[in-house]
Amino acid sequence: MATVRIPPVLRPQTGGQPEIEAVGSNVGEVLRALTTDHPATAEQLFGEDGDLNRYVNVYLNDEDVRVLDGLETGVKDGDTVVILPAMAGG
Amino acid sequence: MANGADTKVKAPVEEIEPFEAAQEIEGGDVILIDTREPHEYQEAHLENGKLVPPGLLGDEIATAAPDKSARTIIYCRSGNRSYKAAEQMERLGYTDVASMAGGILAWQEQGLPVVSASGMTAEQRDRYSRHTLLPEVGVDGQLKMLNAKVLLIGAGGLGAPTALYLAAAGIGTLGLVDDDVVDASNLQRQVIHNTERIGVPKTESARLTIEALNPDVDVIEHRIRLNAENILGIIEDYDVIVDGADNFPTRYLLNDASVRLRKPVVSASILSFDGQISTFVPFEGPCYRCLYPTPPPPELAPSCSTNGVLGVMAGTMGLLQANEVLKLVLGIGEPLIGRLLLFEALSTRFTELKVRRDPECPICGPDAPQIPESEMGQFPDYDLFCAG
Repeated sequence: MATVRIPPVLRPQTGGQPEIEAVGSNVGEVLRALTTDHPATAEQLFGEDGDLNRYVNVYLNDEDVRVLDGLETGVKDGDTVVILPAMAGG
Repeated sequence: MANGADTKVKAPVEEIEPFEAAQEIEGGDVILIDTREPHEYQEAHLENGKLVPPGLLGDEIATAAPDKSARTIIYCRSGNRSYKAAEQMERLGYTDVASMAGGILAWQEQGLPVVSASGMTAEQRDRYSRHTLLPEVGVDGQLKMLNAKVLLIGAGGLGAPTALYLAAAGIGTLGLVDDDVVDASNLQRQVIHNTERIGVPKTESARLTIEALNPDVDVIEHRIRLNAENILGIIEDYDVIVDGADNFPTRYLLNDASVRLRKPVVSASILSFDGQISTFVPFEGPCYRCLYPTPPPPELAPSCSTNGVLGVMAGTMGLLQANEVLKLVLGIGEPLIGRLLLFEALSTRFTELKVRRDPECPICGPDAPQIPESEMGQFPDYDLFCAG
């Protein structure tokens, strides 16, 4: 079981929840579990090709999954997956 | 035998002449302690001399000189207080301490250099005394701040608190880029403006507040919107840039221009109850595009004017930006290079994420094409790029 931290812009799609528990052995499975429970998050996380959208940063704990194994990066119990979009507010 | 240690005659403290001290200091590997009162230290001290006032020696010497076997030279005004301090240090277990005979007076009589507060007026010595008392800042650091030129992109939610504190700190030149006027809806967070200034250009309102706060600060108003044609000419005059822009095109444009001119950028963004901040030093750490290669589509990038923003959170992030700027100007501490700090106001939680340089970054990556001089200032159409 991993904890997925939901950014403010995605919270309307998760019923306002800032954190969601999700099961999966790797980052892709955890995110798919999230999109299964909250389908409205799917199109904002994944492109039509099934890959993460380029404008969505995903971190396993404090490391960007782009420098790990991407969606294949293994997830252990207690890990945190952080979804992070760029923000431009000033 | 049992009393042998007690009966041994204690050797007198080693005393050295200023010229000998100067030679040792130049050779390096010397801890230099100034044991006078703070006001004396502020007037003039030896470069790298650490202040440990006589009354605080027992408490503070371990911090100033943690290695008891290291070569340590201690001085005061004329050599008396430092002699006594050296005796006290030897009792504390220091094994290689020398007191400088004649103190800083003899040092100066021999024409040896000191760091003096002479670069500051009496008013400035008073105004910045809480800075100059900090060993990490000192008179040298305050003079660096007074000589620093910092450009703030946006005089809004982030820029307002950043500018106020940088002005109070004595950053000598503050440039402000903003083409907006003060609106009543700004005042819940943009504390540099006030009710009487509604309708006044933000750069002018900010300048009036800063001038009242600190006459040392020279405010330069850039009442414009940054674009590819004007950005290089504006940022080239500044040492550090603070990105508090409210839109993606400006953020990407600023990144590309600042990488090209090798200007450090302290970049924060805010929305609702959440803030992000990082410091981008070109080629030393990642750039904004390494972190965010592509801007999000509009539905994932709402603005503060549509989603709202907690004023206090804007202030928190603005002050974190000011903190980064001061560290860059002073060359102290650990700026947020390669680190992204998230702040969630509702849970009062800080989270730190790693940011790596992207080897394929089109702007700062090793394969990023060197853009010839003739094409300087030519940027893609950012508005179109971000809209797409």
